[in-house]
Amino acid sequence: MRTIQFREALREAMSEEMRRDERVFLMGEEVAEYNGAYKVSQGMLDEFGAKRVIDTPIAELGFAGIGVGAAANGLKPIIEFMTFNFSLVAIDQVINSAAKMMSMSGGQYSCPIVFRGPTGNAGMLSSQHSQNFENWYANCPGLKVVVPSNPYDAKGLLKASIRDEDPVIFMESELMYGDKGEVPEEEYLIPIGVADVKREGEDVTIVSFGKMMKVALAAAEELAKENISVEVVDLRTVRPIDFETVLKSVKKTNRVVVVEEAWPLASISSEIAYNVQRNAFDYLDAPVVRVTCMDVPLPYAPTLIEASLPNVARTVKAIKEVMYQKA
Amino acid sequence: MAVTKDAKEKKATKVQAETKFSKETYMRWYEMMVLMRKFEEKAGQLYGQQKIKGFCHLYIGQEACAAGAITALTKDDKWITAYRDHAHPLGLGTSPNAVMAELFAKATGCSKGKGGSMHIFDKEVNFIGGHGIVGGQVPLGAGIAFAEKYSGTKNLCICYMGDGAVRQGALHEAFNMAMLWKLPVIFVVENNGYAMGTSVQRTSNVHDLYKIGLGYDMPSEPVNGMRCEDIHEAVARAAERARNGEGPTFLEFKTYRYKGHSMSDPAKYRTKEELEEYRNQDPIESVRYTILENKYATEEELQAIDDKVKAQVQESVEFAENSPYPDPSELFTDIYVQKDYPYIME
Ligand SMILES: Cc1ncc(C[n+]2csc(CCOP(=O)(O)OP(=O)(O)O)c2C)c(N)n1
Ligand SMILES: [Mg+2]
Repeated sequence: MRTIQFREALREAMSEEMRRDERVFLMGEEVAEYNGAYKVSQGMLDEFGAKRVIDTPIAELGFAGIGVGAAANGLKPIIEFMTFNFSLVAIDQVINSAAKMMSMSGGQYSCPIVFRGPTGNAGMLSSQHSQNFENWYANCPGLKVVVPSNPYDAKGLLKASIRDEDPVIFMESELMYGDKGEVPEEEYLIPIGVADVKREGEDVTIVSFGKMMKVALAAAEELAKENISVEVVDLRTVRPIDFETVLKSVKKTNRVVVVEEAWPLASISSEIAYNVQRNAFDYLDAPVVRVTCMDVPLPYAPTLIEASLPNVARTVKAIKEVMYQKA
Repeated sequence: MAVTKDAKEKKATKVQAETKFSKETYMRWYEMMVLMRKFEEKAGQLYGQQKIKGFCHLYIGQEACAAGAITALTKDDKWITAYRDHAHPLGLGTSPNAVMAELFAKATGCSKGKGGSMHIFDKEVNFIGGHGIVGGQVPLGAGIAFAEKYSGTKNLCICYMGDGAVRQGALHEAFNMAMLWKLPVIFVVENNGYAMGTSVQRTSNVHDLYKIGLGYDMPSEPVNGMRCEDIHEAVARAAERARNGEGPTFLEFKTYRYKGHSMSDPAKYRTKEELEEYRNQDPIESVRYTILENKYATEEELQAIDDKVKAQVQESVEFAENSPYPDPSELFTDIYVQKDYPYIME
């Protein structure tokens, strides 16, 4: 099968959907003439023209709201945030407008819109540029939140998100845009809300999503050398969460570690831990353990970043902890 | 900064020798701007060598915007800007060592290696950052001014932003309240023509950015951002209004960044000719010319300043190189004032 970059997979998803449906358009900072801050939309202005690939001023609150209004009135906008750190300028329109349109109107108006862009740390960018809001958006009823971990998933999930009739937050990563993976030429969609077992195993389950899937898979590989068999569940969507797949795995392995890049309090890992203890308590051989970013703003210095972010070593240690093995 | 004879002659036709400002002011501008320029050139080099990481935005070309304002204000006035923030504190007197060490992410940096290039802060010189969210510092600038007014001081806040920031809603809300409450703030847009790859012309029908202030009845004017003299005078006028309780001013400094937006931007969206047009009005060359014309200093004396600054910048690099990274235990410091805050640890 051919391999393409993550950014190309996203571009193909958007372009295919735009060819298929006139109502779909892309709007955001530097998406058109500059071909995207991270070159995700490269060439799209040439193909679709300035009517459908639209550069905006730096005015996130305004263009997010314009997207929501357009969606309520029959279009299918893709709104790109240069990064999700800047989505906070626009969050009022996402939470108070997009997520509420259906409910407030008693189902008269829907809001089929995708807000997409990179989330999380991307190296030494300091605290304002290194944040994960997956759990913030996932907390809000009315939204769906998708966080793909490889090019194949990214393409199928983005196509499904664009076709979805509800507002979708679609979160990528600067550090993954160059990642390559197998993506078929033929069209496919991946349904929102379905987790994927990325590696089968017997002894312990790692639940993760997005960029942290790399850490999870690397830790599983590492532990295989010590004959510890790790099953890795990629949530792919954090609202809704596919608890069924998580529980099925936990009932098999009886032990679970959650790896997440966000801050720990009220995170996706908290939710997984709650759900597992609530629905698989009798299957657990050890308390649920999580590996998250430390409970601090992410600073600039590499020594501090290293001390804060989830990594393979901490994940391996967590797995040994749930297996009651010495690290 | 040797001026070739050719360039000098070219300039002679354009720039009138100045007498309005003192020799001391010119010499200050010169040294300040040479420091900013050489520091940034070095930072650019070091970024290429991966000694400096992350996002790094250079101020080369815009030096007069900071220098001209520094001589017009007092040391108790407060400063705030966006992420293109190395030069303002250098001009205000922050040690190049502390700024360079911050770029190197070292514990001896002015933000202890926690902020990096985009978050230079120095309380000693009243420089309140260094902010990374475009437009985010505009209400903060108004708030800093609010505190001065509230406390009954005569100080003001000078709040810088890029041309991209003026399209943010936060600016419009802050402008309105700053004017309504007559806050002692000078809003400055450093209009360098572009926000990343987007020219000012592509972001609005209002291309004269100073006119944005007029919608709030705020005294507003365009200023030649390549000339320290014009900037000093405009800021001095705005400062007088602020100190007299007449409220904010909005100044549009028309300037240019010689380099790309950040180190990763090849700046293909603009022409060589456009860059040349501004290089021909280079603020350092222009101050240098006036100094020589008026015999405020000789070529040799200016050369001595260049050499001194060069050594200072070199020293800052050595200082940064030889400083340690922050210890991992620093991760849990400087987040709350409360010393025993109970962080979630697992
Ligand atoms: C709210 C927000 N949106 C987007 C960005 C990404 N971004 C960083 S700098 C920049 C361009 C800003 O240009 P301008 O205000 O003209 O300042 P200059 O870089 O020219 O000094 C953009 C879009 C950001 N930091 N914050
Ligand atoms: Mg600009």
